[in-house]
Amino acid sequence: MGQPAAPLTPALSPQAGRGSLSVILKKALVSAGVAFVLFVLMIGIRTEAGPTGGLVWWTRFNELAMMVAAVFVGTLVLESGRQWFAALPRERLALPPTLRAAARLAVKLLGPALLIFTALVPVMFYQQRYILDLGILVLTYVMLGWGLNIVVGLAGLLDLGYVAFYAVGAYSYALLATTFGWSFWVCLPLAGILAAFWGILLGFPVLRLRGDYLAIVTLAFGEIIRLVIVNWQSLTGGPNGISGIPRPSAFGIPLIPGENGLAALLGIPFSPTHRVVFLFYLILALALITNWVTIRLRALPIGRAWEALREDEVACRALGINTISTKLTAFAIGAMFGGFAGAFFATRQGFISPESFTFQESALVLAIVVLGGMGSQLGVAIAAFAMIGGFELFRGFDQYRMLVFGFAIVFIMVWRPRGLVGHRDPTVFLNKRTTISADLVKEGRG
Amino acid sequence: MEYFAQQLINGLVLGSIYGLIAIGYTMVYGIVGMINFAHGDVFMIGGMTSLIAFLILVSFGFTAVPLILFVVLLVAMAITAVYGWAVERIAYRPLRQSFRLAPMLSAIGMSFVLSNFAQVAQGARVKPVPPIIGGGHTLYEQDGFAVQLSNVQIVVVLATVALLAVFTFIVARTRFGRDMRACEQDQTMAALLGVNVDRTISITFVIGAALAAVAGLMYLLYYGVVDFAMGFVAGIKAFTAAVLGGIGSLPGAMLGGLAIGLIETLWSAYFSVEYKDVAAFSILIVVLIFMPSGLLGRPEVEKV
Repeated sequence: MGQPAAPLTPALSPQAGRGSLSVILKKALVSAGVAFVLFVLMIGIRTEAGPTGGLVWWTRFNELAMMVAAVFVGTLVLESGRQWFAALPRERLALPPTLRAAARLAVKLLGPALLIFTALVPVMFYQQRYILDLGILVLTYVMLGWGLNIVVGLAGLLDLGYVAFYAVGAYSYALLATTFGWSFWVCLPLAGILAAFWGILLGFPVLRLRGDYLAIVTLAFGEIIRLVIVNWQSLTGGPNGISGIPRPSAFGIPLIPGENGLAALLGIPFSPTHRVVFLFYLILALALITNWVTIRLRALPIGRAWEALREDEVACRALGINTISTKLTAFAIGAMFGGFAGAFFATRQGFISPESFTFQESALVLAIVVLGGMGSQLGVAIAAFAMIGGFELFRGFDQYRMLVFGFAIVFIMVWRPRGLVGHRDPTVFLNKRTTISADLVKEGRG
Repeated sequence: MEYFAQQLINGLVLGSIYGLIAIGYTMVYGIVGMINFAHGDVFMIGGMTSLIAFLILVSFGFTAVPLILFVVLLVAMAITAVYGWAVERIAYRPLRQSFRLAPMLSAIGMSFVLSNFAQVAQGARVKPVPPIIGGGHTLYEQDGFAVQLSNVQIVVVLATVALLAVFTFIVARTRFGRDMRACEQDQTMAALLGVNVDRTISITFVIGAALAAVAGLMYLLYYGVVDFAMGFVAGIKAFTAAVLGGIGSLPGAMLGGLAIGLIETLWSAYFSVEYKDVAAFSILIVVLIFMPSGLLGRPEVEKV
């Protein structure tokens, strides 16, 4: 107070007209100035340990100038784009009803179409090993995303340590298989059960926490698991990890060349691709089981209790829902699918080390869930494909990968905080099914 | 006993550094109610810029240590403050009215951006510097075991105390501090009464980042190394300190920082160095579960 409010600058008034260009220029200059301060030491000077151990430094003013110029031009483009967009007429073009019906049909068919396409990937790309491997990776993250979706999307419990359960599953399978020589099909359920057990173990202490505090505790839990794996060398091999993890068999029939192998039994020539294709269908089946269980659970009382919990915990308690068992089942079932995915990861890689279970993985899976629209199964699958596919594009530029990933998360959050699929179908409805806008769905403070 | 006294000193010095970072968390949490995940990486940027500024000054032939330190401190605080401002402007302000998960995830993204930016810009290897402040005092000696207090430790503690005093004064006595506390209580009401909420939040981030820069310089002086990945763990520990002290409370953050520093040092000294981070994270979990409002915080009331 004290001073009168500053008069509106011409650019802020409705008839912006010619003022807008100077405003854009001014904004661009300001951001270029800020960029200069940000980068003057970090980019303008490069330090590195010299040959004698001391630090040496040299200047990189060209790169600095380029970055500042890039920020200047970027702001110019962005701001003029925004002004141009704001100047567009507000009324949306109404689509003709036939087109709208077609769009709705396309959306409806998208899921089945994607499923059929995925199932046919090994047939279409049988010769391209790279695509098959990428497909397996994407499906692993789809499964992780669907698993975490139970915890975050349905029950509204913000879990930043999901990778811990992935790690528990992977290490359970690796240790059981290498120590006792048990087969994959025996270890898979065990890995899931152990992960679920850890989920409950984590769930108990955090029952009373909500929102950000819950997130940070789960993060700490994930880090603790990783640190224990790193330091408990006698059991887990520490940073060296566990190698020589047995490959899965096709329900007892090994996928090896020779007399007893699956290829010989079927009477076809052996090819190493068989195993990749088998792994592809294995993870597809596991992911689809996750999806099916989630969809079924949503229709059961427990699933409805989860969604109610996400919307309002206090109201839940008032209505007599047992929030303790509701939360614990969400943690346990989410963790169980994480454990399955972990066991699959271990058997596919044949080698695991703590490096695969860092916080970055948790953040990646959470980003997939949030980007997918929190609770939308199809959205999560598309988000996983986009994220992992996007990651692969940067395969040659490893060091820029996480940088771009970070920017992508920030950008997506600012652009569409509700994710790509911003609405979801109601689980229960009276007479008529109407879609719920995501703005009406709370994030779950519990 | 001598060993214990030595660990006590070391722990208090480490705790001062955590406390300085924790203030940034606690102020931001107090005013916008979010965990500024990128704050640990802002601390890392502070350490990195301190290192670069220090190298340049030394290679231009400056030798007076107090002068160098003063200039480095100012440069690092200024640049890191701009980082804090930019992070808020880019990643948090557009999401202020959004649902709670959005700024949180955006903050995680920003944390990745900062640490990987530092890796790309300055390389992945650890950067060592020779000890800048040498010397020390032997406080007490018995049976060949001496309790040492180095000059670096004195500088770290003195700088922390001085800065804490300055910022406590700012929050308690100045116009800006009043604006800040008003925004903390009720942003809409503060805005109606003429407080510039956007600017107040921005300045809060700037102050937090400047303090993180000081912590970064202290870390550099004390340990003699910085690397691009040091922000994550230090950030979580400082957040633990903020929660332990009671989130939103400045003296609480300092107290929590000292407690975490002591616990970590004593744990490493008497139990195991490998599990010191596990100890710090476990404290975080235990505190949040049994004492969510911390030592000096106000209990949070659950509203329907």
